[in-house]
Amino acid sequence: MAHASTLEPLASPHRLTMLEGVDEGVNTCVHCGLCLSYCPTYSELGTEMDSPRGRIFLIASLAEGRIALTDSVVSHLSLCLDCRACESVCPSGVPYGRLIEAAKAEIERQRPGGPLRRLFRWVNFDLLLPRPRLLGLAASALRLYQRSGLQRLVRATGLLRLLPGTLSAWEALLPELPPWGGGTLPEHVPARGAVRARVGFVEGCVQRVVFGAHNQASVRLLARSGAEVRIPREAACCGALHAHAGERQRARALARKMIEVFERASVEAIIVNAAGCGAHMKAYGHLLRDDAVYHARAERFAAKVRDLSEYLAQRPPVGALGRLPLTVTYHDPCHLVHGQKVRVQARQLLQAVPGLQLVELKEADWCCGSAGIYNLTQPEMAGRLLERKVNHLLATGAEAVVTANPGCIIQLALGLRARGSAMKVLHLGEVLDEAYRRGGVGEG
Amino acid sequence: MATLTESRKNTLRRAIQAIVGKSAVVSDPEELLVYESDGLTLFRALADFVVFPTSTEQVAALVRLANQEGLPFVARGAGTGLSGGCLPAEGGLVISLSRMTRIVEVDYDNQLAVVEPGLVNLHLSWAVGPRGYYYAPDPSSQQACTIGGNIANNSGGPHTLKYGVTTNHVLGLEVVLPDGEVVWLGGKMRDPQGYDLVGIFVGSEGTFGIATKIVVRLLRKPQAVKTILAVFDEIEKASEAVSAIIGRGLVPAALEMIDQVTIQAVEDAFGCGYPRDAAAALLIELDGLAAGIDAQAERVGAACVEAGAREVRTAKDEAERQLLWKGRKSAFGAYGRVSPAYLVMDGVIPRTKLPYVLRRVNEIVAAANLRVGNVFHAGDGNLHPNILYDPRRPGEEERVVQAGAEILKVCAEVGGSISGEHGIGLEKMDYMPFIFSPADLATMHRVKEAFNPRGLCNPGKIFPTKKSCVEVGPAYRAHPIEEQGLAQRF
Ligand SMILES: Cc1cc2nc3c(=O)[nH]c(=O)nc-3n(C[C@H](O)[C@H](O)[C@H](O)COP(=O)(O)OP(=O)(O)OC[C@H]3O[C@@H](n4cnc5c(N)ncnc54)[C@H](O)[C@@H]3O)c2cc1C
Repeated sequence: MAHASTLEPLASPHRLTMLEGVDEGVNTCVHCGLCLSYCPTYSELGTEMDSPRGRIFLIASLAEGRIALTDSVVSHLSLCLDCRACESVCPSGVPYGRLIEAAKAEIERQRPGGPLRRLFRWVNFDLLLPRPRLLGLAASALRLYQRSGLQRLVRATGLLRLLPGTLSAWEALLPELPPWGGGTLPEHVPARGAVRARVGFVEGCVQRVVFGAHNQASVRLLARSGAEVRIPREAACCGALHAHAGERQRARALARKMIEVFERASVEAIIVNAAGCGAHMKAYGHLLRDDAVYHARAERFAAKVRDLSEYLAQRPPVGALGRLPLTVTYHDPCHLVHGQKVRVQARQLLQAVPGLQLVELKEADWCCGSAGIYNLTQPEMAGRLLERKVNHLLATGAEAVVTANPGCIIQLALGLRARGSAMKVLHLGEVLDEAYRRGGVGEG
Repeated sequence: MATLTESRKNTLRRAIQAIVGKSAVVSDPEELLVYESDGLTLFRALADFVVFPTSTEQVAALVRLANQEGLPFVARGAGTGLSGGCLPAEGGLVISLSRMTRIVEVDYDNQLAVVEPGLVNLHLSWAVGPRGYYYAPDPSSQQACTIGGNIANNSGGPHTLKYGVTTNHVLGLEVVLPDGEVVWLGGKMRDPQGYDLVGIFVGSEGTFGIATKIVVRLLRKPQAVKTILAVFDEIEKASEAVSAIIGRGLVPAALEMIDQVTIQAVEDAFGCGYPRDAAAALLIELDGLAAGIDAQAERVGAACVEAGAREVRTAKDEAERQLLWKGRKSAFGAYGRVSPAYLVMDGVIPRTKLPYVLRRVNEIVAAANLRVGNVFHAGDGNLHPNILYDPRRPGEEERVVQAGAEILKVCAEVGGSISGEHGIGLEKMDYMPFIFSPADLATMHRVKEAFNPRGLCNPGKIFPTKKSCVEVGPAYRAHPIEEQGLAQRF
């Protein structure tokens, strides 16, 4: 029997020794294929290289040195959203998110790209995201840009085409930034009524500058639930975006910082209202598994992390819920439903609001294409998935879509705006806060 | 496989691109690698091109090109097959139907749908579900496998016991024949005249052409459903319960057995509610009219208790029922939690021989120093012993294949068969003589020649007609029909 049809192992100088911990992960995959139809990119393209099973196979073949990191391999791995829908359906329990992050880290190591790409990544990952104040400044500049009419001019004149690709994507994505009003949250917020818990709240990087109002609403809800809330100012960025984009060392440094800051705050739970951050922080133990000093501390930190909806479902705010006559639908952020397995809580909280009607969304737990910075790096696929999502949203006839992650909020708003829809995009925290506000009118 | 020269490959690529467009052809070695196996990783073979047509015309043009160029070709659905059926055993084209996923028409009045072959089985039931209909054949892989793959393998599923296999639900097919001609077999009528060509095509494992449209029957959802879990401390008692239930004249819609190794794997996976300490459990479903279903459930329960069940309970709501089924249907995949690979056997036996055969399976596997998990369609006597192994350990693949062959031999000896639903493919070609005489095989070969005279359509399967380039763990052994001079390897 001939063996000619199987590729000989390539004498690869790039054998992926950096693909740490990948072995056990890829060997958990028995190639059954049950993940295929749940993968957004496979569903769009029908190509197995763009499916979980195919990508695992590519990663395994890289690790075995059977293939090298060629352009085509890079393109298929980079096209993965890291939405982890496959993990939710995998009977075998393949830790897919870890595998793809390891692969993306290896891509960054081997192929940092040209100077422009490196500059773009440096500006975002090293300069802005970890430094809330700088990020805030950049946001103010954007606000000015949006309000001064310059944005319209730039869009109208096609000046955008002169900017390198990713920058023009940023420009298209800019949410309508709220006017700089509320300011950052105080470092301490007392509980309303009897103190039942002491919790930390993560303001986030993008979340803080773009969606300060969501943070304020979230903290008010926590206070209503009897929590005394600590919001350490030095807690900068959790590093999720870095890890998804393959910037592992940066991600680890940011994780250590978060751990230190919240250890000092001595809280019993760490609440976050951005799904991507929550999923990432719950995995700090894995991220720092080889760090003798931090590993155990990372596990302790991770065990305290709760998504806002998860926490509120267990410790509902005290007080009456007012009527909120609104038909809404709910979009599951990937890193909440697949990354953290938190699916029912937000729905239960919404259904408890009098007057509010929740209609189910088709493919509610499918990625909207936002996926960290995916909509910047893979605009075409992100656009296809967004269109699919918006079609389903419009079919619900809801007045608003509720979700729980800043990336999704920006992406959904963008998609709805492009289709001329008036459907609002709301954070779960905003909706609940408003309901309690209405219920509490006259409370004093 | 004659390796194509670079220049011939370029010429062919251009010709294929002219048919399907640039973004619908894959030929990078790394990309082709991903297509080297289906759900059975024991076999590997590389294509020269994987092509993604979007219409019948494109499929037909590709097949004509293949004929013109003398290139072998094979259809691929989702690649969940468990016998290597969609592997390009001799290289050439893999024609992937993954971009032909439309539901062309649904005719509720006549209870039928016309679909493209790449449609995922479960997606059809989702689409017609809101109107109270569903597509009955439900392979455990239904969330991923395609209707095209189902008809090729004549796939079954847990509900086959009452509703039959795929062939009982297919009315007509549009087929691109192996020479590129497009024909309709059957149609929308229930009782077509003449030869039952649909019946011949269904189960031909992709060797009679490529189905490009399929007319399937839709059923009304039953008025009532009851799902019962019976738990046993000994696997023999569970086996006896199976015969006891059928012996009482009860016809469950499904009657599945799941053993301890498997229960533990699926409980780790999804926490479905099977007791981890049970030696075996039966998952029994009754459906039909609401009137009388409770009485039937009681009789099923009584039969189980009499056979020695330690617990019998009924799913209290749809959520619990779905969870139990999720566990059953995830079983194969869940073996990844206990073993890096598994080889599933697909033997069929007379139901009454269940206790004996299960005992023999255990003996064979133990003698090979391997482990086995059992999850199967007990009501049909369709066994699935899953032999767990680690391909990285030298010699283990050989032992697995050997043990598998012995198990199938036992099935044949007790009057059963070597495949219930997964097909012969590459995996079981060598075992065909366990159940077919040389005359049987020669007859089947003549049927194949009638459809596929040049042998370009999915070659190297079912019959070992030519030397194949497939790589398998174990070394080549002369096939019995070669020894008998019936077929030759070139
Ligand atoms: C977890 C798991 C559970 C399973 N459970 C069951 C089960 O309960 N019952 C069961 O019967 N099987 C089961 N299977 C096996 C497998 O899913 C079925 O055989 C299925 O029908 C294969 O469909 P596919 O789309 O994946 O086809 P593929 O694997 O891609 O191909 C299978 C065969 O079909 C041919 N083919 C594909 N499309 C066409 C077409 N359009 N025209 C002509 N030929 C075509 C191929 O050439 C090949 O020979 C299971 C598999 C897995 C991995």
